[in-house]
Amino acid sequence: MSVFEGLRFKRVSSHIHRLDPRTKFVLSSVIFGLAVMFTELIPLLLLFFFQIPLVSLAGVKKEWVRSLKGGLLLALMIFVTNFVVGSISAGWSLTGDVLTYSTAMALRFLVITASFSIFFLTTSPDDLGLALEQAHLPYEFCFAFTTAVRFVPVLAYEAQTIIDAQKARGLELEKGNFLKRIKNYIPILIPLIVGAIRRSMEMAEAMESRAFGAEKKRTNLFILEMRPVDHLVLSFSLIALAFGVFIRLFVPMTILKFPQLRF
Amino acid sequence: MSVVEVKALSYSYSASEVQVLKAVNLRIEKGSFVTLTGPSGCGKTTLCRCINGLIPHFYGGKIEGEIVISGMRVQDHEISELAKHVGFVFQNPENQLFALSVEKDIAFGLENLALSRKEIQRRVKWAMEVTGVEDLKEKAPYELSGGQQQRVAIACVLAMKPKVMILDEPTSFLDPMAATRLFQVISKLNKRLNLTIILVEHRLDLLCQYTDRVVVMDEGEIRLDGTPRDVFSSEEAKLLGIGIPKVVRLHKELKKTGIDIGRPPTSTEDFNQSLREFLTR
Amino acid sequence: MIRATDIHFSYPSGVEALQGVSIEIRDGEFVALMGENGAGKTTLVKHFNGLLKPTRGDVFVDDRNTKELSVAELSRKVGLVFQNPDHQLFCESVENEIAFSLRNFGFDEATVSKRVKWALNFLDLVRYRKTSPFMLSGGERKRVVLASVLAWDPKIVILDEPTIGQDYHQKEKLLHFIRQLNAQGKTVIIVTHDVEFVVDCNPRVVLISRGRIVGDSTAKEVLTDRVVVEKASLVLPQITRLFYQLRGLGLPRNVMDVDEAERLLASLVRRSGA
Repeated sequence: MSVFEGLRFKRVSSHIHRLDPRTKFVLSSVIFGLAVMFTELIPLLLLFFFQIPLVSLAGVKKEWVRSLKGGLLLALMIFVTNFVVGSISAGWSLTGDVLTYSTAMALRFLVITASFSIFFLTTSPDDLGLALEQAHLPYEFCFAFTTAVRFVPVLAYEAQTIIDAQKARGLELEKGNFLKRIKNYIPILIPLIVGAIRRSMEMAEAMESRAFGAEKKRTNLFILEMRPVDHLVLSFSLIALAFGVFIRLFVPMTILKFPQLRF
Repeated sequence: MSVVEVKALSYSYSASEVQVLKAVNLRIEKGSFVTLTGPSGCGKTTLCRCINGLIPHFYGGKIEGEIVISGMRVQDHEISELAKHVGFVFQNPENQLFALSVEKDIAFGLENLALSRKEIQRRVKWAMEVTGVEDLKEKAPYELSGGQQQRVAIACVLAMKPKVMILDEPTSFLDPMAATRLFQVISKLNKRLNLTIILVEHRLDLLCQYTDRVVVMDEGEIRLDGTPRDVFSSEEAKLLGIGIPKVVRLHKELKKTGIDIGRPPTSTEDFNQSLREFLTR
Repeated sequence: MIRATDIHFSYPSGVEALQGVSIEIRDGEFVALMGENGAGKTTLVKHFNGLLKPTRGDVFVDDRNTKELSVAELSRKVGLVFQNPDHQLFCESVENEIAFSLRNFGFDEATVSKRVKWALNFLDLVRYRKTSPFMLSGGERKRVVLASVLAWDPKIVILDEPTIGQDYHQKEKLLHFIRQLNAQGKTVIIVTHDVEFVVDCNPRVVLISRGRIVGDSTAKEVLTDRVVVEKASLVLPQITRLFYQLRGLGLPRNVMDVDEAERLLASLVRRSGA
């Protein structure tokens, strides 16, 4: 699950981490928007390399690379699909245009994966939940979100324990035909589901006992406040977006491509 | 006025006819440390749920009799209202910690009560200090040991400044050292803050010296109620099948052979002292 | 017989759970594996039925290397009863729950029904034969899981933290039950941190701390040794703690049993003429 490792929050004290989650979300969305606007290699490469100093600053190099590795397979599929389809429509010939285009499509996917990976790596689910709350989403929804994230590692661990416990009763998950293998997962799923239901009951008791729902309007220990650096990054992102739109509309595309190749 | 008053309380859960509590009477004074024990299924947890309002508000069922907490009749107040007076620490630490940092978890109940930010900050800081978890404040639950998680759970409840704290077998999943440390924290809260404690436990040998009152239940009724010394050394305690601390058993065995070294011990130190005094008299 | 020779084990997360453990458990022994939470006890027993394979060193069960055998093959001989029964129960009736394991091991239906009947009887579950395990109390659910493991008659039975949440009567019954299993010739291994319970059982005690074995001898020798017990972050048995405090009175310190303590103190009192 290496691609998921690239999405899990890593607690580091960095400037990127300290940015407001809303700022980071806008930044990632702008990169996404710009990536979608261009099919040329140069702007896409620029967008990709621009993220590297951010990753270094955030101290999440290893995890970011891992998320890219996870996305590599899909990127390869995108490349191959575009290349094959493109070559066919160019009359079964190998052209530089198709090669460039396919590479650009694969690169675009990686750019988008990379930017959202940075977002998730540097934003704690707690802060995310807080951002959602401050965006006036109903509290129950935000709470459900953060507790879900909080319990993911717990459930994963429990699933492994259940698998071990059933294996110790002779259950062999790898054996048998396709149908049998699916049936073999019932002894895993039922305890997992029953466990999840029991857990929710216990949580509900604990929540009630700590006055959940006592007041319509909750207060908060932490509030997200946009600091000057957040406004700076936001402005920069929006300017970059505007600039990108300008280029897209008014600058001839030949400037932004690699030289034509002919085979 | 007692902080907890239970009068002729009877209860059966909604799915069954069986009476889990049968006309229970109990009065608890402010500042006492009550240990509630008894064989599995005797009704200890059910009684605790009645005290903080989970029964009848969360569990429904058929309830008869009176439970009054600090002058408030439990049936007449919502759990969230009662939560300001009675705190509940559950057996499994994992399922009562919701946030991704200790600080946020401790603040949870206070945020629910819509206290001001300043007040929340103050209480969170205080609760962390008293339970000794300040250096854990930014950690997520999965980074904590079982003992640490339970201490955080206590801090979460403590921050709401209840008058009574109920703990339902909080050391079930802890090893003996972590359990002892937890009992020491609970005892500190009891003595320093005059917080009334109701602790449901089986591991009586470890908490014998901290508690001042032991209530033993069996089949929905209270069968014994007194000081640890009196309860543990009684014949009925032995018959009811509770985990009588071994030093008390030793004292009883010696008494049977004619050697009475004094009052029944609540700790090894107690026994040590009594024996030495006995030998030099 | 189980034999582990200098095994090391690290979890994928990097945690070194076992750092050079060597242990030999002969057929018919009764062993308590003790230590604080996280010491490595459960990690070690998972090597005995093949759930985990050592990253260094080898584990042999009846002279066969566990690296060459599957969990199912090893479980036939080594029955591991997990701490939480809710991690295993999933059938609509207790008898199906017991039959599940038997069918996994390939027993024919005639044998399955014979063994189910035997297990229900042995664990006093006959009246719950057709009951859904989810309807039973915590203690009863534990018995169902125990029944389902014993039904296939493993010669080695491992109980992981069997005393958690149990009241006094339940622990007494458990003790009696373990002795029964041992008397039948089964090797019984209990993983626990419940010092007083182990005192009552009086087995061989193997103490684990931070992935290493720090003590391996009779219960009396290990549990009354304050240095070793503290190293393993456990507490001394209450009677032993008392006798440590009774120094200067000419009493031995390695006492953990109430009856022995009574005899020693009674004779002390008579000697001092009090």
